[in-house]
Amino acid sequence: MASVLKIILQRLALGLLTLLVVSMVIFGAVNLLPGDFAQAILGQGATQEAVEAIRDEIGLNDPFFKRYFDWLGALATGDLGVSYAQMMFATGMGGTTELIPITTQIAPRFYNTMFLAGLTALIAVPVSLLIGVLAALYRGSVFDRVANIFTLSSISSPEFFLAYILILFLAVQGQMLPSLAAVEVGMPLGARIYNSLLPALTLTLVVTAHMMRMTRAAIINLLASPYIEMARLKGVRPMRVIVKHALPNALAPIINVIALNLAYLITGVVVVEVVFTYPGIGNLFVDAVQNRDIPVVQVCCLIFAAAYILLNLTADILSIVTNPRLRHPK
Amino acid sequence: MTKAASGPILAAAIALLVALDRLLGMPVLAPLYALLQTVMAPVDWIATALGTATEGLGGWRWLLWIALLVGVGFGFRRLGQIVTSNRPFFRDMTAGVAVGYVLAAAAILWVLLNYSRAFSSHGGMPDTYFFFRLVLHGLVAAFVAATLFKLLGSWVGTAGSRKLFRQMPGTAAFGILIILCYAVAAIFAGLIAPHGQAAIFPKANIIPLVPEAMGGSPDFPLGTDQIGRDILSRLIYGAQNTVGIAFVTTMLAFALGVTGGFLAATLRGWVDQALSRLVDVLMAIPALIFSLLLITAASSLFDGSSLTVAMIVIIAVIDSTRVFRLSRAVGMNIVVMDYFEAAKLRGEGMFYLIFREILPNATAPLLAEFGLRFCFVFLTIAALSFLGLGIQPPLADWGTMVKDLGQFVNYAAFLPQYAMLPLLPAGAIALLTVAVNFVVDWMLQRSSGLKE
Repeated sequence: MASVLKIILQRLALGLLTLLVVSMVIFGAVNLLPGDFAQAILGQGATQEAVEAIRDEIGLNDPFFKRYFDWLGALATGDLGVSYAQMMFATGMGGTTELIPITTQIAPRFYNTMFLAGLTALIAVPVSLLIGVLAALYRGSVFDRVANIFTLSSISSPEFFLAYILILFLAVQGQMLPSLAAVEVGMPLGARIYNSLLPALTLTLVVTAHMMRMTRAAIINLLASPYIEMARLKGVRPMRVIVKHALPNALAPIINVIALNLAYLITGVVVVEVVFTYPGIGNLFVDAVQNRDIPVVQVCCLIFAAAYILLNLTADILSIVTNPRLRHPK
Repeated sequence: MTKAASGPILAAAIALLVALDRLLGMPVLAPLYALLQTVMAPVDWIATALGTATEGLGGWRWLLWIALLVGVGFGFRRLGQIVTSNRPFFRDMTAGVAVGYVLAAAAILWVLLNYSRAFSSHGGMPDTYFFFRLVLHGLVAAFVAATLFKLLGSWVGTAGSRKLFRQMPGTAAFGILIILCYAVAAIFAGLIAPHGQAAIFPKANIIPLVPEAMGGSPDFPLGTDQIGRDILSRLIYGAQNTVGIAFVTTMLAFALGVTGGFLAATLRGWVDQALSRLVDVLMAIPALIFSLLLITAASSLFDGSSLTVAMIVIIAVIDSTRVFRLSRAVGMNIVVMDYFEAAKLRGEGMFYLIFREILPNATAPLLAEFGLRFCFVFLTIAALSFLGLGIQPPLADWGTMVKDLGQFVNYAAFLPQYAMLPLLPAGAIALLTVAVNFVVDWMLQRSSGLKE
């Protein structure tokens, strides 16, 4: 068990190091370029002194590395800074309003996005396991072929196409679910699930296909092994062969694929949140990108990257834990 | 009639009937519809009666439907056992399979029922079956086109191509046909499109697919958008812009990634280490997020069409990391071969080694990867354009069109022709990626010899 702990700690340290380098890339990508907020806020006709004054105030004149470490230090203490939009608003009001920090802006949205991803996983994982097992059981049948064509199509469709189809049939023609995901703080759970069901279903369609195909492939891979043959020869029912004998051994690759697909959800969530105007981080991120609100873009990007790294890390660790062969590399 | 020939015969029959009806004006389809309606009349009556009887249950009605299906499934198996006096087929049938058969039968019945209803007159009421007909006709058309195309391919051409077409599954034939159509539309967009892609006409919001009296226009078969641009022309030009730009981006990503990957494989040492670690860092950020970040940075330097060029470069660089991984792995396997060692000992230069020794031996995996990468790049560009950060106007592009026409989806209840508008460009994107995926799937299966 000690070796597992050691591997986990090693991977965590590696993940942390990756995150550090990634933060440097993110910060560097948006800060090394000319043209900045001070110029943008004041417009073309601004005097040099005014631009300089604002640059000084928000620290754009400091050397690059000092700015990076200031930003990183603030991040580590939980201070994510203030968005340019807030600053612009405060300047417009004559500096009388209270500045709302990004932390307060992001916290409820972060919760919303996590809720959406969690709801999606809750629907997608059992459904894809079930369909995958069934497709492996009846491989080569009409059901298998229809499932294959259907999943291949839904993997290849852009998220907004699936989203509009669902809106069309479930929201506009069927009148069953709301097409705009109006989610607020302090909503009762039932209403919250009802309102975010359509975006969750869209994401489910996207990730289920991949997970189902991998489940099917992982199980079929095992069906040629001698112990499955043995089980079949002693007269075990086909469904029981798959669920009792094949599935436990196929679990490692399946868990891996689930974790990777949850990582994929991170990017899928951006487009889907925009389609349904779901108040999550993806929506905030796109707004910030359109307004060139650098502090918000950086923070959102870092959150997405951290979630992505964490989920990949989890997939890595889980596959090591579930497969003893990987624990003792030659 | 053998089982193998039933598909082509069915496809040819459908094509013949539709051609007779639509092109030559012989009314052969109307009696068939009437026949379908007569056959489905009792089913229609039962379904309506069941619907009204269970109205009081409200939202829980579907539980009753499931219970009914399961019950019929068990009854079907029992009946089969009695009638065939316990033939193995029915004796060993599991409950799941029995319910599956009933479910499939119910689905087919449902489709036929709705299709028979779809042609009864709706006298001024909104056409509720518009999308149902659209999807069903689309699926049938796809089946007919793919089958006939496969048939054509197995008669015309060289012996090799004929054999290839005979062995290919229907999905792959469909994929090749669609890719060909898109290529023609993209290359000859200027000749096919009735209007210019940025031309603005005085009449905006013309309704698609309806006669002139209802607000349509014969000049604009798919209508015009909010500022009066012809949607059909923009769709055709979209093939040129969206597909063309995605293709160029993928080529660039491959040029970068393959060169880097093979260099790393050949040189090893610090070049390999440096490139690999750089790629590791770039791959730690999700692709769409990273490209959005870089486009934010680039948008302060460029705008308009130069921003589109910046986007091409950004996506190509991000995607080349994935190509690098693959080509490095493939290259590693080739550089240990004897012929490569021999070329090295002959004193060949780096350029010769990479493009004459490694590349020709790595084409098969790279080609399959090219198809998948293209899909990925294509979807990324579409998503970026949909978010308003990809291909910039005045170029017509499918992602931007979906964004611009998106609100029309809310008209579905009373004007389905309008609601179709955002689905056209979105469907065009989906159709191409599906087609490429079908072809790549077939290529991978052929090269790996998977038969299952």
